[in-house]
Amino acid sequence: MTGGFASAGRMHWGWFIALALLLILLPLGSDTHTPTLLAIWSLFALSLGLMWGYAGILSFGHAAYYGLGAYTYAITAMNTGESTAALILAVLVPGMVAAVVGAMMFYGRISDVYMGVITLVFALILNKFMGATAGEAYRIGSARLGGFNGIPAFPILNVPGDPSTQIYGTGLYYVVVVCLLGCYLIARWVLGSAFGRTLLGIRENEARVELLGYNAPAYKTAIFALTAAMAGLAGSLFANWAEIVTPSLFGLGQSVEVIIWVIAGGIGTLIGPVVGAVLLGMLKLLLGEQTLVDNSLVLGAILILVVLLLPRGLAPSLMAWRARHVVSGAGRSRSGGSRRRRPPPSGDSR
Amino acid sequence: MDYTAVVLLEIVYMIAFLVLTSAGLAVVFGMMRVINLAHGEFVMIGGYTTIACAKAGLNIYVAMLVISPLVVGLFGLIVERLVVRHLYGRMIDTMLATWGLSLLMVGLVTMIFGNTAVSVPAPIPGYQLGEFQMGGYNLFIIAVATLLVVCLWLVLRFTRLGLVARGAMQSADVASSLGYNPKMVYMWTFTAGAALSGLAGGVLAPLTGLLPSSGAAYIAKAFITVITGGAAVIVGTLSSSVIFGTINQLVSFGSTPVIGEIAMLALAVVLLRLMPQGITGRFFRNSA
Repeated sequence: MTGGFASAGRMHWGWFIALALLLILLPLGSDTHTPTLLAIWSLFALSLGLMWGYAGILSFGHAAYYGLGAYTYAITAMNTGESTAALILAVLVPGMVAAVVGAMMFYGRISDVYMGVITLVFALILNKFMGATAGEAYRIGSARLGGFNGIPAFPILNVPGDPSTQIYGTGLYYVVVVCLLGCYLIARWVLGSAFGRTLLGIRENEARVELLGYNAPAYKTAIFALTAAMAGLAGSLFANWAEIVTPSLFGLGQSVEVIIWVIAGGIGTLIGPVVGAVLLGMLKLLLGEQTLVDNSLVLGAILILVVLLLPRGLAPSLMAWRARHVVSGAGRSRSGGSRRRRPPPSGDSR
Repeated sequence: MDYTAVVLLEIVYMIAFLVLTSAGLAVVFGMMRVINLAHGEFVMIGGYTTIACAKAGLNIYVAMLVISPLVVGLFGLIVERLVVRHLYGRMIDTMLATWGLSLLMVGLVTMIFGNTAVSVPAPIPGYQLGEFQMGGYNLFIIAVATLLVVCLWLVLRFTRLGLVARGAMQSADVASSLGYNPKMVYMWTFTAGAALSGLAGGVLAPLTGLLPSSGAAYIAKAFITVITGGAAVIVGTLSSSVIFGTINQLVSFGSTPVIGEIAMLALAVVLLRLMPQGITGRFFRNSA
């Protein structure tokens, strides 16, 4: 964080390799069922964190693309009988849908709040539509959409070119870990590129970047599509883990959950969302085992407290604390207090 | 003939429903530029209050028209003091915090009342219109919504209270220099908005069974109605309610209620793209 809050951060290869090793060796010491789910959630959180933290775009309905990925996978896999095309489509379809939705919003110069409404309403439309698709009339190829019950029993991942060799259990875990680490590297590469630098500029001051001759809507549309594709990948992996897809994947609950993971973990970092997803995901699974305290009560309380007390989230606050206390004296040029550095929303002045 | 009357009545009822469920949100958004994503849960609590009072033997009209607004208004006051007042001017943060509040309230109600539906029978019997059986209670809802709009307009337009509220929203500095404390105005406006949500919850409670998650059914509709309406509280809410209510019911009669709802949501997205400031950002600019 030496470059101030606007920095894109940098690649810590040592940490990355250590973490990768830990993830690879994990199946030796533990069951992989839960870690697989946590890694999928981390990937989903990473996708939103990349867009929100670095481009300053908050989607209130990011679950739309997660669910689209899952449904695209399930429908394609049922029709083709194997998973390679399904997985590719599960990344492409959400990406392309997001490109259309994003272009509509960003070229229309729609301000923060209205963007929140449109993203949220879009997820709701999908949620309602999928919930209403019970019955024979709603089928795509050989896949019945199934309304509220969703689509069960589609072919799970297989080794490309060999539909009879299925990937599940520890195999699926490794696929998920490779996807997570791969997407992290992609995110790092994007942020280090000229494209990423321009995105940071747009987050800090969109008018200035535009006056320098950049086409801000095009940049925002591109990052929206890229992160939606990542969310779609996470959704298709979830479909493989759960072996069923239901309309609740598009639901408001899913959208708010990922927002909580990202904001609690930390906005403006890549590791923050992952940490948030893992910690809060574990908490959710623990709370699911008892009936005394309701899960949404705890999640809601966390969201309120984080917004009020730690508006930058856990990871950046810890880093700032470390910069203040451990490297005291050296980090004096660090800008800003504890407020998040998005420019305060100026009503509807756009 | 009868069928036309039924369709018309259903459209008017839907408009009244939208006005009623979004009035509280509209007051808070229009005057303070705060979007309360826990609005649906405020409505839900209003409904639970009415049902609990009615079960305890209280007159149901007293419960829905007096007790529910009071209880939810008080709750809104507490929320404003504890959470919302720290976040004025930070619109997205307010949305996030109130979304958290909505989850918290769902969890709390689930723990207190359990995850089962509670309901109370409608106090007005149905009637026969030609060959169609109609809900008599719907007429009561239409009456309440009409009365609400008229009262809101009278208060904002003709009373000193309304003048101070509108003044503080337009220019907090000027209101402050004239001796009115904008913070108090914000506080009471939020409380009034919450009370309106409580009223909506109470009045709508006899229609359907209530679940802790019922708030989610209101929030999406109220949200798009208010945002599409734009900043002018009354004209905005009325005009978008008319548009959405009509579309929803016409499409519903032509296909299924779910498709009707989807048509309404899709229309909202299109309208926002065409008019990013809402209807009153483009038309009726100088209305209350």
